[in-house]
Amino acid sequence: MLEIRIDRKCYPDRGGRPHVALSGLHLDVAKGEFVCVVGPSGCGKSTLLNIVGGLDRDMDGRVTMNGAFPEDVGFMFQEPRLMPWMSVLDNVLLVAREGRASEGDAARQRERAIALLRAMELGDVLDAWPARLSGGMMRRVALARAFINEPELLLMDEPFVSLDTPTANRLREMLVEQWQRCGASVLFVTHDLREALALADRVCFLSAAPGRVVLDLPVDLPRPRDAASPAVDRLYQALLARHPELLGGLANGDEGSGDTVSNARSGVL
Amino acid sequence: MTGKRVAAVEPAVRMMSRADRPRREGAKSPMGGAGAPFGAGAGAPFGEAVGAPPGAGASSTVGEGEASSAGVRAARRRDRWLRLASLGAFVLLWQVGAMFADSRTLPAPLTVLARIVDETVSLSLPGHLAVTLGRVAVAFAAAMLIGALLGMAMGRWRRLDAFFDAWLVLGLNIPALVTIILCYVWFGLNDWAAILAVAINKIPTVIVTVREGARAVDPRLLDVARAYRLSRRTTFLRVYLPQLVPYLMAAARSGLSLIWKIVLVVELLGRSEGVGFQLNVFFQFFDITGILAYTLAFAAVVLVVEAWLLRPLERRLTGWRA
Repeated sequence: MLEIRIDRKCYPDRGGRPHVALSGLHLDVAKGEFVCVVGPSGCGKSTLLNIVGGLDRDMDGRVTMNGAFPEDVGFMFQEPRLMPWMSVLDNVLLVAREGRASEGDAARQRERAIALLRAMELGDVLDAWPARLSGGMMRRVALARAFINEPELLLMDEPFVSLDTPTANRLREMLVEQWQRCGASVLFVTHDLREALALADRVCFLSAAPGRVVLDLPVDLPRPRDAASPAVDRLYQALLARHPELLGGLANGDEGSGDTVSNARSGVL
Repeated sequence: MTGKRVAAVEPAVRMMSRADRPRREGAKSPMGGAGAPFGAGAGAPFGEAVGAPPGAGASSTVGEGEASSAGVRAARRRDRWLRLASLGAFVLLWQVGAMFADSRTLPAPLTVLARIVDETVSLSLPGHLAVTLGRVAVAFAAAMLIGALLGMAMGRWRRLDAFFDAWLVLGLNIPALVTIILCYVWFGLNDWAAILAVAINKIPTVIVTVREGARAVDPRLLDVARAYRLSRRTTFLRVYLPQLVPYLMAAARSGLSLIWKIVLVVELLGRSEGVGFQLNVFFQFFDITGILAYTLAFAAVVLVVEAWLLRPLERRLTGWRA
């Protein structure tokens, strides 16, 4: 169980005054649960992931997974962030933990990385430089890298943004396949509500800055799902009707729309 | 996936997933915008150039790779011929000049070559060459190591940079001759003073180059290392240092040519063996053939090091940028 209790997270603004990015943000993710976090631009979604991922530890509060700060983590950023001087395979092996222990482990890890990359349809480009790949292929390498250690916790920061729809769909399918196989807890940040409804077991809505959870919505749709399916569409429309101010803020990137919604499990379905 | 609409979508997804390999994802989708299943995706423009990684400047993708690498090979062959032609033109010009000048002032290329052979057979040239190369190697290694460490530190910590910046400007502007004289006066006429003088002359330029590299290190890639809990050693060796390699190679290549020139001056002023010392002897006797023989022999060695060691090393380490 991942427990996030962020009392306060501040940044200095341009004038050096503290700007409160997150305040009173409490969120739990059960083992193997897929939780999407949505919210308007600037509400602190990426900040939240950076805190949970250990990239930013300067905050009041605590983040624990089974009693300790989460260390067994896979992280997929908005951009693929591959090491351009390493081959596709080496990029995945770079983060592989057991591979560094001994030669036998390294060989096994290599086999696993190759199998994973083949599952991502990258078997033909194992030795290619990242700069020679298309954007979608780079994201698939980043996805393989995130899963190579079969982490307990997977953090994803709008990983499929700016991809064309079919490519993004295929990547989402691959993500769900790998997640179901390894059973990681997933915290997936997106500003796209339909994407969240198609992927998540639960969707948490953040208010505008200072961000906190204002709506915690279980999504009980059967899998596999598609964002264009009538069930997802019905849920989307129901949410739109029930919380127009919240979704209006998401759609328009406005800030300051979510504070009116109470923090409670929703019965929209 | 459920529903009639999804059934129509799926083949399209499969098709695109195969076609997306090299640069196809930016192509028009048969689904168009209307059928786009994800909210933001529907509004997003097609194409995905946004996600290019740092350093990804290549114009060709996997599918075009073979053709472009064949083109690169052909260009390298052409370059090799151009280099040879350039060398031939230089020798020809020299020969023509020698025909018009006094043979003592400008001996012909063949005369110099004969002298190189004589000096090599007598082992005088190899002996002096070895001594000088040894000094070059030690001074080069010391300058690169110290310069790279200081450059990385100054690129990383702003306060350190502010503190040492004035020293750096001083180091860059002190004439080599002054450093050499001072080192000999302070530490005596010995090898360590000579090597120290050479290293001191080179270190500031290495610092400046490497500091630029350290400032250009991509923090987003370091975040990847932190997110995946890579050790400090792995982060330094496999994430940080590779970003500095182009800068280190630039410092090494310019450093080698600078260092061997300064080593000759150091030897001329205060050593009793080495190519610089021999040049001084030849100068006393106005032996231009000897001066050219030693100079050419040493330049040839440096060219070999550059062509067979540094350039292949650079190609190997920075091949991903091609």
